[in-house]
Amino acid sequence: MIEVTGIVALYVFMLAAVAGYEVITRVPVILHTPLMSGSNFIHGIVVVGAMVTLGVAETPVEQAIGFIAVLLGAANAVGGYVVTERMLEMFKSSKKEDG
Amino acid sequence: MGLVVQLSYFVASVLFILGLKAMSSPVTARKGVMWAGVGMVLAVLATFAHPKVGMDNLILMLIALGIGGAFAWYTALKVQMTEMPQMVAVYNGLGGGAAGGIAAVALLQGASSEGSVAASLGAEATTLGLIGAAIGSVAFAGSMIAWAKLDERLKRSTLTANHQQWNIGLAIATVVLALWVFNAGSGLPILLFFAAALALGVFVTVPIGGADMPVVISLLNALTGLAVGFKGFLLGNPALIIAGTVVGAAGMLLTYLMAKAMNRSLVHILFSGFSAAPAAAEAETEGEMKEVGTADGAYMMGYSDRVIIVPGYGLAVAQAQHKLWEMVELLQRLDVDVKFAIHPVAGRMPGHMNVLLAEAGVPYDMIFDMDEINEEFEDTDTVLIIGANDVVNPAAREDESSPIYGMPILNVDHADQVLVVKRGRGSGFSGVENKLFFRDNTRMVFGDAQKVVAEMVQTVKGM
Repeated sequence: MIEVTGIVALYVFMLAAVAGYEVITRVPVILHTPLMSGSNFIHGIVVVGAMVTLGVAETPVEQAIGFIAVLLGAANAVGGYVVTERMLEMFKSSKKEDG
Repeated sequence: MGLVVQLSYFVASVLFILGLKAMSSPVTARKGVMWAGVGMVLAVLATFAHPKVGMDNLILMLIALGIGGAFAWYTALKVQMTEMPQMVAVYNGLGGGAAGGIAAVALLQGASSEGSVAASLGAEATTLGLIGAAIGSVAFAGSMIAWAKLDERLKRSTLTANHQQWNIGLAIATVVLALWVFNAGSGLPILLFFAAALALGVFVTVPIGGADMPVVISLLNALTGLAVGFKGFLLGNPALIIAGTVVGAAGMLLTYLMAKAMNRSLVHILFSGFSAAPAAAEAETEGEMKEVGTADGAYMMGYSDRVIIVPGYGLAVAQAQHKLWEMVELLQRLDVDVKFAIHPVAGRMPGHMNVLLAEAGVPYDMIFDMDEINEEFEDTDTVLIIGANDVVNPAAREDESSPIYGMPILNVDHADQVLVVKRGRGSGFSGVENKLFFRDNTRMVFGDAQKVVAEMVQTVKGM
């Protein structure tokens, strides 16, 4: 298994940045708010990092900070998902309504 | 890392990118967020099997996930669509806080072992951890201030007379403290470092005006993404690197697009408040406002062939979007061709007005961006402007001394007649008088948007 560190991580970083840039250039203005919310949801992946951090925590202080980090990360992910989904749910096409 | 965990992170990363891509069209957007959601669940479940995660903290982990998730689920379902910008700010801040917490634990572990933090963690990891921690803390503090300002809990826009110096001072302090942490072997510099970074987030965000806040939220969103990406480097976790960096890059571009649409440069927004803009030269207004009743306004639209509606945030404040859609449906029955024109900064952030109209049931293919529709105003009989002001002010095109000069606007003055629904006679958010209201072909209807539209609905029904 290849560890993602050093120069490999740098390549991953560069390609991910290009992907992020390319993905958004094709988004129409009407979806900007849901998109901001959707990308906000995606960085909720931080919860995974927080879980690993809490998992390796040893002292009570580390555990407390890790606990808060998981709590905040989970709120970021869940809240981001629910508001994005709520917004997108409302977008309807008139063609669909007629048909 | 176990193969299953690795593969789960890989699949999650793919789902995140495909999900964002699917969000580029209204047709597939819902699928997109669902794919990303599946990716998130997969990544979280896989993490329970992560070899580094000890069993002792498992219960704590489940409790934290439960509380955080339940709190967010509840607030997200309850929030009003008009309050969406500050809600995004809150969730974004929480993510930044989580990123800061991850770094804090890593740095504390480094500090508590033999030698300096850098010696035990490695120079590379320490540097990335510190950068991520600083960015995450600024994003956390900044987002909370952004929320407080948008929610009108925080009204003041100064903390001290010399904001600029404080910002620079705090930025330098953060860097110096980071260097201290790098070489330190105790917890004190870590604490001071976080305090400085959090204060920096507060001081940078407080002076920013409400109108610029969406751009700032978008920037903070991008920063949180970057912070998460750096945490990915620190933890050697590719899912965090990819998801964080994709959001960071996408967020930066989105921020740039928003700032451009508002005719503001990012540097200007961050380093000088709206109040610092040159005072508006008193524009001389010719003629006077011509007021008409709601019935006359309704007839103007009812006897038109083509009507374009320009909604602004005032429409949403008055909760008039449902009534407005009712009126549009009635007009369509009279064979009037109705379209909606949305300025990029209508609402409180780009696309916000589209969400508010969608909530009222307006199909998205009746809604047009400024660039798509600006040519059409010339062939339009009546333009109805509700709760918008600066975005239709011709001074942005004609008057070089105006503070909004150069801002792209909707060319509503090219239409045959313009109908403006306005709460009172005051000027817009920027404080600039709008000459459009004084033109010969402009008619004003004063009153609460919801009441005015409700009365118009009654008139149109009788036509």
